[in-house]
Amino acid sequence: MTLGDAFDILLCLLILTAAAGVIGGRDLFGSVALFIVYGLLLTIAWVRLGAVDVALAEGAIGAGLTGVLLLGAAAKMDDGAGQRPSFRPGALLLCAGVAGGLGWAVVSLAQPAAGLIPLVRENLPVAGADNPVTAVLLNFRGWDTLMEAAVLLIALVGVWALSPEDSWGGRSGLTQRVRVDGVLGTFGRFLPPIGFVVGVYLVWVGTSAPGGAFQGGTVVAAVWLLAIMAGVVEPPPVASIRLRLLLMAGPAVFLATGIWGFAAGAFMAFDPAYAKPLILAVELVLALSIAATLALLVIGRPRRPQ
Amino acid sequence: MIADVITVTLISIGLFFFIAGTAGFIRFPDVHSRLHALTKADNLGLGFVVLGVVAQADSGWSVLKLLLVWLLALTAAATTAQLIARFALPPGERP
Amino acid sequence: MTGFLYAAALVILATICVSMWRVLRGPTRADRIMGAQLIGTGGVAVLVLLSLVHRQAGVLDLALLLALLAAFAAVGFVKSQSADGAGDPEGES
Repeated sequence: MTLGDAFDILLCLLILTAAAGVIGGRDLFGSVALFIVYGLLLTIAWVRLGAVDVALAEGAIGAGLTGVLLLGAAAKMDDGAGQRPSFRPGALLLCAGVAGGLGWAVVSLAQPAAGLIPLVRENLPVAGADNPVTAVLLNFRGWDTLMEAAVLLIALVGVWALSPEDSWGGRSGLTQRVRVDGVLGTFGRFLPPIGFVVGVYLVWVGTSAPGGAFQGGTVVAAVWLLAIMAGVVEPPPVASIRLRLLLMAGPAVFLATGIWGFAAGAFMAFDPAYAKPLILAVELVLALSIAATLALLVIGRPRRPQ
Repeated sequence: MIADVITVTLISIGLFFFIAGTAGFIRFPDVHSRLHALTKADNLGLGFVVLGVVAQADSGWSVLKLLLVWLLALTAAATTAQLIARFALPPGERP
Repeated sequence: MTGFLYAAALVILATICVSMWRVLRGPTRADRIMGAQLIGTGGVAVLVLLSLVHRQAGVLDLALLLALLAAFAAVGFVKSQSADGAGDPEGES
């Protein structure tokens, strides 16, 4: 056994321990804290599996958004004693059934000898991106990514629909009270500019190396959320036309390039000559829309009258 | 060869601080003492690990990224330390 | 060199294992979040070491991303524990 194997085995054991602790822990808050650790361990595992693109997505979402979301949710569910909600055998059965069914489906899948890797590799020169993952997401299987972007937008509309009549159209979340010259206020002004640069860098580098619109967009969403929590900026009112244009821009530009694809023969068919600039343009706009959508999803429904 | 010796030395020093920080985090008696252990020792450890890897870096960009990693980790630790230290004060003693 | 890097990563993984005990046990909520913070720093160190092992584009970017977001759990924590989740964690004035 090499040291590399020892590293992988210990990593797997830690992941299983963290997962068991999250499910079995008696304290709800403890489960949330352990879930943050679990996400970090999974990120390292994806790197070990050679899937750095997935690791970037897991790292950005796990460290930047789910932690904040779940900590806020746990605080709202808090009954003072810190106990988790009562045990529901029906929910347990349903979850176990779904997990078992999925596991069975994966195990019983036919195993193609080489998968789609040779096909992707063969067509990579005309894809407009050197990173095979980006080529698949934005070109070969652009449909899926377009649908994912639309699903995010629909989810946000669903969250907004929960707002009561009097605060519809107002700003999301509550007014944040933070000392302007305090530690949090200073951090909230220092970090977002750096995060914005890192996010755009991840989108830019995504055409040739691990990165892309989802990873970069999530980083921008996280630092925007930080600026809001630190009271540096306010989320725009949900009735704002500019906000709605920003949210729509990504899916809309993606759809427009898809329709333009008819010029090259079919919906979403990119002319290899324009594929690279098209993919980069779609990714940049999509990243900004994803950033705004994710951040507003975490802040929640409008709570303040307009 | 010299770079390898530097790397091994710096990373070993870094590991010492990681172990020391974790030991303090487990053994110290209260929240504020434990906060000392984790926000100081482990970031010193990360600094030495980063410097050890810098000695092996293949480009200027990698060096820049590595140093930025450390700078951001230090900023995060400083902020976390302040926020949690205030949170953990008994209600009457909050500034 | 690779052997040494793996050994170093293994040592940091062992400290992560020990810190997980505090996240599981507490006793206070601040302890659990501090444990997650400590493990976050350890994870960044592991990724910095792995960036030399794998020599693959993106591993260092991932370390940068995690360092950037390292304080978010703690910020989310102190905010969520303040009055109605929107209060000033540095004491309401």
